[in-house]
Amino acid sequence: MSAQKMHIDIYERNWMIFSAIMIVGFAITVSVAAFGMGIQVPAPEQRVDPKTVATDPNSPWSNPGLREIAPGKYDAYILARAVPSWEYLPKELTVPAGSKVTFYVTSSDVQHGFKIQDTNANFMVLPGQVSKLTITFKNPGTYNFICTEFCGVGHGVMYGAIIVTP
Amino acid sequence: MKQYQLSVGEKKFVGSHLLVAMVALAIGTLFGPLQAFEHAGWDFYPYLKPLLKSYYQGLTIHGVLNALVWTTFFIMGFLTFNVIFGLKRPLKNPTLNKVGFWVMVVGVVVTAIPILTNEATVLFTFYPPLKASWMFYAGLTLVVVGSWVEGWGLFMTYSAWRKENATERTPFIAFGSLVTALLWQICTLGVAVEILTMLLPWSLGLIDGVDPQLARTYFWFTGHPLVYFWLLPAYISWYAMLPKQAGEGKMFSDSLARLSFWIFLVLSTPLGLHHQYVDPGVPPVWKFIHSMLTFGVFFPSLMTAFTVIASLEHAGRKQGGKGTFAWIGKLNWSDPSVATQLLAGILFFFGGIGGLANASYNVNLVLHNTAFIPGHFHLTVATAVTLSFMGISYWLVPYLTGKKLWGRKVAVAQAWTWFIGMIIFSNAMHVLGLLGAPRRVPLGLAPYVPAEWNSRLFQVGVGGAILFVSAILYFIVMVKTALNKETVAEEVEVPIAQPMQDPALGPVWLDRWAPWIYGALALIVLVYGPVLFDLIKNIALTSPGFRVW
Repeated sequence: MSAQKMHIDIYERNWMIFSAIMIVGFAITVSVAAFGMGIQVPAPEQRVDPKTVATDPNSPWSNPGLREIAPGKYDAYILARAVPSWEYLPKELTVPAGSKVTFYVTSSDVQHGFKIQDTNANFMVLPGQVSKLTITFKNPGTYNFICTEFCGVGHGVMYGAIIVTP
Repeated sequence: MKQYQLSVGEKKFVGSHLLVAMVALAIGTLFGPLQAFEHAGWDFYPYLKPLLKSYYQGLTIHGVLNALVWTTFFIMGFLTFNVIFGLKRPLKNPTLNKVGFWVMVVGVVVTAIPILTNEATVLFTFYPPLKASWMFYAGLTLVVVGSWVEGWGLFMTYSAWRKENATERTPFIAFGSLVTALLWQICTLGVAVEILTMLLPWSLGLIDGVDPQLARTYFWFTGHPLVYFWLLPAYISWYAMLPKQAGEGKMFSDSLARLSFWIFLVLSTPLGLHHQYVDPGVPPVWKFIHSMLTFGVFFPSLMTAFTVIASLEHAGRKQGGKGTFAWIGKLNWSDPSVATQLLAGILFFFGGIGGLANASYNVNLVLHNTAFIPGHFHLTVATAVTLSFMGISYWLVPYLTGKKLWGRKVAVAQAWTWFIGMIIFSNAMHVLGLLGAPRRVPLGLAPYVPAEWNSRLFQVGVGGAILFVSAILYFIVMVKTALNKETVAEEVEVPIAQPMQDPALGPVWLDRWAPWIYGALALIVLVYGPVLFDLIKNIALTSPGFRVW
């Protein structure tokens, strides 16, 4: 049993109430964006064996690239690798404006990143895991995708591009 | 009343921690400007080829020595001082603490050898399957184990003090230090399990592969609370020392300060997944729960901001300061220990705002692994923490050595150059991140850099140059102080801001450890348990190692 009560100054009490309201406000904002506005983050999709993912003929990453699955809808299988050199396969993809592209990206060696400039696509690429995200390219242009995780001395030259044609 | 005196041996012991910390900082800081200059297009790495194999070897040295060695050694030394001085009693078992310290020192040496020979160019996050020499992992383990042992020594000392003082409140600086040491014991479990069950046996050839997703999850279990392990010692100084130094101020609220430390203990571990929002193997629902808890831990930081600023205002008004803001000018800005910590606090305000952006589940998509991130943590760990520790050393080193601080004005200039250099550097890094520049890239050479980044890259170099000057000033002051023939007449007074309210009037539950520890562990089990259970159940040790540097 404690007779002592916590002493809280009136200004400090008000500040704490204000802080709590502010934090709840942030949490609501983020929640609305997460659930109401279609913000996507990668979710567990598929486990693969990084040792065979690029060579096994049954693996889509043995033949990486675009597959048109319906008019204007594509699946893009992309392999990120540091060995033998730092690159994405394929390095370049071309789609018409308005295309909806679902990316399936994995690594055959170390951890990489995948960030498509000027879009909300920005995720980790891990060996053994598949990162999946869908992006609709409305405007024509060249969108670089760059590696955002340290993957060895060639990390800074690792990039590719999506060319969106009118 | 004469202040409690540490023995010569105790002063030497605390001082040894500071010495290792400062040597690490001196070497680590040397490499900071090299990264910054590279961004501006002044690449010195080709000239350093005989010594340094790559940009990334330099970056590894910079990150490991500054973020891990400088911080951990300074903190363990400062916590040890606070416990002894705060409790007014010697360590219960000084040999145990010495063993802990030497295990840490051996650990640093064992870690440094492969880094310096380019066998561990894996940066301070050492994400597998980048595979460093086994010595790198073994050395890091020793550093962590040594810091645990030192922590146990501090807990035993507290327990002995508690037996001697059954009803007294723990003096605040000792209280805060013990909570910090406790937080460290809990949160380092993640990286300990990562190294001992995967990385070390793998690097020794005992297992063929690792699971990179599980390794990342273990790493960030430790990685975020690590931030609070850095920050809380600075908070101890801001709460309970700085107001006194700034103008004889008192600590505005003792009990809320204690409450905020306990909230940090409970909330700082179960939110590590906010570093893994865009990892493929972690279910989004847990990412979201961790994002909400991350906002929760903002609360004790806001409480800290209030109490610290109110205590400083008390100091400013005591010095005759008036007006809503004019009292700030009356603070003791000519004391380098005050100037450093006030400036560190100002930049921490912006660091905190940037942290909220990182923590936001959605906004993070724009920022993740961009230059925004190093921009952010140079405001937090490299300024709020490092500049404050420099400030603490401006009184602690004279206290420990009995030497007068050399060059007070030089030290004040050091504080301001750090502040200005960091504003330029960090602002440019934040903007680059928003423009899409990735982190950990020698941007001076990257083929995809658009022209619109160039002016910001130049600012990174300018900021780095000013910071380099500041670091040199700091080491000149430290070396000149150590060699100073002029000694202090009396022992340097340890700045302690007394609380406005008698702590004995505060609630007893603020001095009980058990409920908070159980609460922390329960929350960890609740929000980390299912994620880790699933990842461990589906473990796939399929990734062989790569040496790609």
